[in-house]
Amino acid sequence: MDAIAHFFGAIPFELLLIQTVNGIVTGMILALVASGLTLIFGIMDVVNFAHGELFMIGAYIGVVVLATTGNFWLALVISTLLVGLLGAAMQILTLRPLIGRDPLTTILATFGISLILQNYALWQFGPTSRKLPEPITSSFTLFYLQYPWYRIVITVISAAIIGSFWAFLKYSKFGVWIRATTQDRVMAQAMGIPVPWVYTGVFALGAAMAGASGMLFGPLGSINHTMGLDWVLKAFIVVVVGGMGNLGGSIVAAIFISLLEAYAAIWVSPAQAVIVSFIVLILTLLFRPTGLFVSISK
Amino acid sequence: MSDQTAEPLVKVDGLHTYYGKSHILHGVSLTVGHGEVVGLLGRNGVGKSTTLKTIIGLVDAAQGSILFEGRSIAKMPPHKLAQIGIGYVPEDRRIFRLLTVMENLRTGLDRTGVTEARKKELLDKAFSYFPRLAERRNQAGGTLSGGEQQMLAIARAMMLEPKIILLDEPTEGLMPRMVSQIRNIVDVLHKEGVAILLVEQNVPLTLEASQRIYVMEKGEVRHHCAASEISVDHPVIKQYLGV
Repeated sequence: MDAIAHFFGAIPFELLLIQTVNGIVTGMILALVASGLTLIFGIMDVVNFAHGELFMIGAYIGVVVLATTGNFWLALVISTLLVGLLGAAMQILTLRPLIGRDPLTTILATFGISLILQNYALWQFGPTSRKLPEPITSSFTLFYLQYPWYRIVITVISAAIIGSFWAFLKYSKFGVWIRATTQDRVMAQAMGIPVPWVYTGVFALGAAMAGASGMLFGPLGSINHTMGLDWVLKAFIVVVVGGMGNLGGSIVAAIFISLLEAYAAIWVSPAQAVIVSFIVLILTLLFRPTGLFVSISK
Repeated sequence: MSDQTAEPLVKVDGLHTYYGKSHILHGVSLTVGHGEVVGLLGRNGVGKSTTLKTIIGLVDAAQGSILFEGRSIAKMPPHKLAQIGIGYVPEDRRIFRLLTVMENLRTGLDRTGVTEARKKELLDKAFSYFPRLAERRNQAGGTLSGGEQQMLAIARAMMLEPKIILLDEPTEGLMPRMVSQIRNIVDVLHKEGVAILLVEQNVPLTLEASQRIYVMEKGEVRHHCAASEISVDHPVIKQYLGV
């Protein structure tokens, strides 16, 4: 017992707090990525393997628009819109014809699109990583660290996007249509809801959220054609742990897993800390295969 | 009987439908006039529900024609049919369980071209017929009792301001008090000029509520007459519906 107490006592309180802030920052971006993924799954039963590439394309569009206009926030808006449009086109051209077919076909289709987008980015931008400058360079003192304000801003923007998305789902006409379609696609059609367009709209929304998160995250890492892979992998873990198709669960799970990873990084390197996510995933699949948070939303 | 010279509201002719390889409808033909209540009787599994599902486009017709106000609707997607005035109340009610009563109604109300004033009128009307729904407007559909869910399903279809409602076994499994309420609402809709194609197992209710009836067996219409020409103990009823 003494040894354990000593072990935890040895962690400085400041470090714990810093890691908490870090965990929440990454958690919110992850929540934004995962929201789009879980939305698309929950409503359309489509596992979108190209989600990470939409994230990556969002960041690249940001690079291009920023280089042309010099305005980061304008670039954020444009890349969100363009990735949303790309998502709509993707859905109409490849997923709509597959409605009603074996789910495997949609997995193959989205996987194919992910390869196309990755290789397009490689061909267009080359293998060298790009950088997006932080639009806000000031920082504040968090104990012994100079903590960049930008990270706090991202967290707030992500929360705002998720919050307004939630309000949209709850109160708007299209939101009611989306929820009705999720619960009973056939009856939704019989009530005059244009289900094929609801699907397109949902896919566009999910894609736009991925695009926005790619752009927001851009300044924190490097931008290259494979940057989507890590995120989509983690987003999948979050979606499974949160309960497939459960929006609230995904958000909680994103923050939960990011916090765990941040705390684990106190003892091990950040690369090893990722293992924690997989442990959570495996435990969830073993003991709560429907997700940890099912009961919350139902 | 409806006016024979006028174009019927719905005219179904020689309808064949399959579920996979099993042949369900073997050439069903029927008509429903404007504002007419038509009963569709028959034992379980004779294809009554399938007939309704085929009309609303949830099941594809392999053969045959479906005309609504004279134009073919056989290839139209279900959401278009709802928009042109065909309401559907399925057998299992299919309430959006996680949506509130109000949101369930909104699925039919939030159409393009419906003014706020009109929406309020439609809601007020539905709530005056079904005061229980008004009390429970913010409650999730899934928490309602069976009878209340049936009311919600009918009220939801009414939000579309339909010219016809396809009503599939509305009284199934309901308490007698609820059954008479459903019976009343059929009359109310009839008075408002809404046509109803009523699928039922409850023969007395169907004979009372309808102007004409069709009796189905093995995926075909076997008998067709005015509801007033037939009574519960008529040989036709005994033959096709007796146990």
